[in-house]
Amino acid sequence: MENRLIASSSPHIRADESVNKIMRDVVIALLPATLAGVYFFRMGAVKVILAAVIAAVLTEAAIQKICKKPVTINDWSAVVTGLLLAFNIPASAPWWIPVIGSIFAIAIVKQVFGGLGHNFMNPALAARAMLLASWPVQMTAWIKPGADAVSTATPLGMLKEGTTEAFPSLADLVIGNVGGCIGETSAILLIIGGIYLVYRGVITPRIPVIYIGTVAVLMMIFGGFDVNYMLTNVFAGGLMIGAIYMATDYASSPVTPKGQVIFALGCGILTAVIRKFGGYPEGVSYSILVMNVAAPLIDKYTSPRVFGEVK
Amino acid sequence: MSLLSFRGGVHPPHYKEATERCKVEKAKEPSRVVIPLQQHIGAPCEALVKPGDKVKVGQKIGEAKAFVCAPVHSSVSGEVKQVTKMLTPTGEAECVVIESDGLNELHESVKPKGDLENLSGKEILEIIKEAGIVGMGGATFPTHVKLSPPPDKKVDTIILNGAECEPYLTADHRLMLENPESIVFGLRAMMKVASVSKAYIGIEDNKPDAIESMKNAAKEYKEIEVVGLRTKYPQGAEKQLIYACTKREVPSGGLPMDAGVIVNNVATASAIGNAIKTGMPLIERICTITGKGIKEPKNLLIKVGTSIKEIIEQCGGYNGTPGKLILGGPMMGLSQYTDEIPSTKGTSGILVFTPEEARLPEPKACIRCGKCVEICPAFLQPLYISAYALNNMYDTAEKYRALDCIECGSCSFICPSKRPLLQSIRVAKREIIAKKRKSK
Repeated sequence: MENRLIASSSPHIRADESVNKIMRDVVIALLPATLAGVYFFRMGAVKVILAAVIAAVLTEAAIQKICKKPVTINDWSAVVTGLLLAFNIPASAPWWIPVIGSIFAIAIVKQVFGGLGHNFMNPALAARAMLLASWPVQMTAWIKPGADAVSTATPLGMLKEGTTEAFPSLADLVIGNVGGCIGETSAILLIIGGIYLVYRGVITPRIPVIYIGTVAVLMMIFGGFDVNYMLTNVFAGGLMIGAIYMATDYASSPVTPKGQVIFALGCGILTAVIRKFGGYPEGVSYSILVMNVAAPLIDKYTSPRVFGEVK
Repeated sequence: MSLLSFRGGVHPPHYKEATERCKVEKAKEPSRVVIPLQQHIGAPCEALVKPGDKVKVGQKIGEAKAFVCAPVHSSVSGEVKQVTKMLTPTGEAECVVIESDGLNELHESVKPKGDLENLSGKEILEIIKEAGIVGMGGATFPTHVKLSPPPDKKVDTIILNGAECEPYLTADHRLMLENPESIVFGLRAMMKVASVSKAYIGIEDNKPDAIESMKNAAKEYKEIEVVGLRTKYPQGAEKQLIYACTKREVPSGGLPMDAGVIVNNVATASAIGNAIKTGMPLIERICTITGKGIKEPKNLLIKVGTSIKEIIEQCGGYNGTPGKLILGGPMMGLSQYTDEIPSTKGTSGILVFTPEEARLPEPKACIRCGKCVEICPAFLQPLYISAYALNNMYDTAEKYRALDCIECGSCSFICPSKRPLLQSIRVAKREIIAKKRKSK
């Protein structure tokens, strides 16, 4: 029987977890918001979402084929990137916008740096920043929710401009019945998805709660303790999707608990500052990207105190 | 009841149902035993017998010459056939092969050692040493060495480990149910040796009956406290157990005695109790034989030196083709490539996996999910140490404190990418230690 027994180093059992499962959970968490996006923005949303997801998966497969690496599209990570990117694009955008974004996200931001786990930035966010810089008109052609596709401004844009006549109610903001990118509108559904991710152990509440909390506190101060202003800032724009789904991206955020706190604080402060004092109305994308770059450094200086170590 | 615990850890499935209600059975008398002269970390024993010698049960057959070493005794009566190098669970070692005459004649030295009250600490220590008692949790460190800390280390507490946090194993659980008095007796003996006035018996709360049983047995002794621990792996790891019971941290690179504590397994305590009460040295132990690959899982009282193959045959043999044979638990046990090896004083479990269970998962890329950091009970960052180890950057791995790894395997267990985290950290540790030796 000698040759049949496997002798390997302990441990001999493994948890029932896998990359596929985690990524699939993220897709499941994003589904309610996806459906809401389709409900609010109709065919435009369907077109953008499908284009982004398909392009992301095909790009991943093509690059891995060309580089003669194992094709890992069934780990769902490309689907997550495509979906998140679509969430960050207005439903009015032509189909090639999400396609170019997905190719850039997967090919440049993810695969050039070594594939899954090696991207130093969130691929979807980096792609969004690239699209915004290259095609600013298409990327900010916001439309009103509903079938008629009337152009509008985002709540944060209105806040920035000071035009408050057509300002949506807080309830509309929370539900997502406002102009904006496909997936960033429905705060409540994004939060439900986030709770699901916490429940499934995919993410800890650390980053989202501190991130959103920091923005809330700073906006309270910046707005002269106007609760409405603070709430608008928390529920409008990409804060929920950024804090729950993008800042928590494993590869581009710190791994140490202390590092995650610093990372989330940094994201929150930058978001608040950009929104209040910057030229753009939205600060979420850029603040996460900036903190992504700082993540390795944060990790390096927040090594946990080892058990029994006297510091 | 408030449960004591530590930070970190994982929750592997228990799989204890198969044997936790099985009373300990005496194993069939072996016709032949192979007793390794080295069953522990430290120096091997020197054989006291040669082929042709007649030996009796409890007779010393291997003498400990070094300090970190414990003598070994014959577990049967009969004739010595061979003294030769053979395969043991931890590699090749000198072994004494004895053919049993089936009479189980006791050796003259096996007689009660007197009352605990009349024995001095020194005398008890000598009894423990002479009985060849070692840590029975699996590491088999000689107990008399543990109980003789250098005079500058002030030890004030003894902790008995009844956590049995390894999945599948139930040997300690059964012992605590079936023989709690001998555990308490052994513990009191140890307290006398180390002259301490405080002791804890830590038991995971998935064994409420064992907690009850030990509380009952220890109720007369105020200085002994039976504490419930949260069921979590590695609750039975020395440093984690000390923290759970006393909130003291063993300093990095230090030993339990640096925190004023000595930790021993409950089975070790029971063996000490036995050695004092009956004079019988450590020649048998309870072992859990279990896993999907075993037909009838059991808790057996086995004689040291019985072949693993024979023990498995007594449990109905293999259930289909065996895939993996592990001595100890699934988290820290040693896998073996053959069953033709003897059991030792540290054989707490024999676990057989089916070929499907044994299949090694394909490692995928690290996704930096940070779960290994979150759960590491030593507060390390396994993903980084492992990455540096795999790139031969052992100096950097050392900076990330690879040497503080307690090798519990929680990181490898939890990793969703199935990366060999602990396995590579072990390599780093070995390289770092080797380099340190060289530079000395």
